[in-house]
Parts: sequence; structure tokens; C-alpha cells
Amino acid sequence: MLPLIEQEVVTQHNWMSEEEFIDMLAITQSAPGPVAVNAAIFIGYKMMGLTGAIVALLGAIIPSFTIILLLATFLAAQSEHYYLQRFFAGVRPAIIALILGVGLKTGRKVIRSSFSLVLGISALILLLVLDLHPILLILLGALLGVLYSYWHKKRAKEVS
Amino acid sequence: MLWLLFKTFFLIGLFGFGGGYAMLPLIQKEIVFKHAWLTAQQFADIIAVAEITPGPIAINTATYVGYQIAGLTGSVFATLGVVAPSFILIATLANIVLKNKNNPYFQGVFRGLRPIVVALIIGAAINLGLNTISTASSLILTLIALALFSLTKIHPIILLLGFGFLNVFSGIL
Repeated sequence: MLPLIEQEVVTQHNWMSEEEFIDMLAITQSAPGPVAVNAAIFIGYKMMGLTGAIVALLGAIIPSFTIILLLATFLAAQSEHYYLQRFFAGVRPAIIALILGVGLKTGRKVIRSSFSLVLGISALILLLVLDLHPILLILLGALLGVLYSYWHKKRAKEVS
Repeated sequence: MLWLLFKTFFLIGLFGFGGGYAMLPLIQKEIVFKHAWLTAQQFADIIAVAEITPGPIAINTATYVGYQIAGLTGSVFATLGVVAPSFILIATLANIVLKNKNNPYFQGVFRGLRPIVVALIIGAAINLGLNTISTASSLILTLIALALFSLTKIHPIILLLGFGFLNVFSGIL
């Protein structure tokens, strides 16, 4: 979705410079929530304050909202339909493979040190075996990341 | 019930770092395991619907679950709940983030979060698999789909539709 946003916002409408767009990426990717939604809020806010943010946010969510609402009504009415059930039974293995595939791809990009490897594997065990809440894992990861940076900085100072 | 929907999706929005698939285990934990608003199978189906249609998975799930639980009003409350944290955080914190984006501790937070996000995505797939893959043929199909997705450039939507229609016509599963 990001190339599409860049095309509309930077190239076509000139609402922000390339540099501002990169700043925006830093914010939308570090804030929780879907990147496209975050980008809409940020751009709307930057251009027209709170009103702009609300308008852009509504613009970003109304298409998905409408499509899903229509589909949900349709699916609720047809949930006993034989071929529809067969369709979803066929899709399920593919969706699991897709999520696993995205996880492995992201892992290959992100896991680049022993710190990240140990953290990732421990988190997976805590999630699956000890059934720890994902929110706790997120808080734990953020805390360990800060401690790691602190330790890293201290060690760099001692060396020099 | 409307308040509970809003509150639950607010929580999902607030801790949904990484967006997209990274939010799945959080949604799964709250919606499937804690409140039992959807079965594991329904959850897998809504992810498929979310993937095939445009738009963020978190929004799609919120709209769908809200509708299932409390109709149109429910879908509005759930959807507003999931975007409210983004809205509040970005409107108030954007400038602080820009000023501190090179701060080592700020970067440290994300250095710690990234491996967690990977674990959360893989964990979501494993949890879903444990709940929905019940036969040898579904396991084999999952592995074939994984190979196709990892080794070829096939578009995810084509993959999902292909597997769906394959089963409509063949009835393997």
C-alpha cells in the first residue's frame, strides 16, 4: 500500500516532500496499528489539524468497512451453503501457509544477531507453550531492547 | 456489549505494533481464546476474506467481528475502537517521535520489538494450524501452499482463490 500512498501524496498532490514522506514512514511504522491507517491520520493532521486527521481516517477505513459489511451480510445468509463451505475449507491451509511464509520472510530480514535470535525463539516458546499474552511479550521486547541498547552504549564507552 | 467490543478492539489497536499479520495473535488471543466471539475456523476464514479484499486486516476483522456480535452498530464500535489508539497517538506524539528518531533508546525499543513481531506472526500461524489442520491431506496442502508462496512469485490472492476453488471442484478436504 505504501507505494500507492507515495504516488498519491508526494508525486501527484505535492502534499509533502520526499523527505517528509520518509519521516512519516518512521512514525507510521513505529506507532501501533495498520500502516495505511496511521499514514492517513498523519497526513490529514499535518495538512488540516484534527479535522483533517478525522476526514483522512474515515477515508482510509470506509472502503474496507463497506466491503466487509456487505460480505459479512452475504456470508451470514449463505453460511450453510455447501460450495461456500468447501471453498473456505480449501482456503484454510493456504492462509496458514501464507501467515507462516510472511513470518519466515520477516524473520530472515529481522533476525540478524544472536540477541534477536534468542529473543525471537524465547518469545515463540513463551507464546505457544506458556500461553503468555501477546501484550506482555510486546512490553517485554521493548524493555529488553532498551536494556540492550543501554548495555551496548556502556560497553562502547568502556572500550574507548 | 458495545463497550466491551470497543474496549477489546482498542486494546488490539493500542498494542498492534508492526500492523498487519503482527496483530493476528493479539486478535486471536482476545477474540478466539478469551471472548470466544469466533471459532478458530471462523478466524481463519476472516483472515482469508481480509486478505482477498483490499484494506488492513485489523479493520476488516474489527468490522466483521463487530457485525457478528452486534450488527451494524457493533461493527462501527469495533472499527472505531481499533483505530482510536492510532489516532490519539499520532495526533499527540508525532513530533516527539520525529525529534527522537535517532535516539539510541528509542531505536532500542524497536530493536527489541522486531524479533517479538516475528515470533508473534509465526506463533499465529502455528496456533491456527493446530486448530484447523486435522487431516493428513490438509497438512500436505498446507506444505504445498507454503512451498508455492516461499519459492515462487505467486500472488497471495491467487494462491488463496486457487486453493479455495480447487477444493470446491475436487472436495479433497
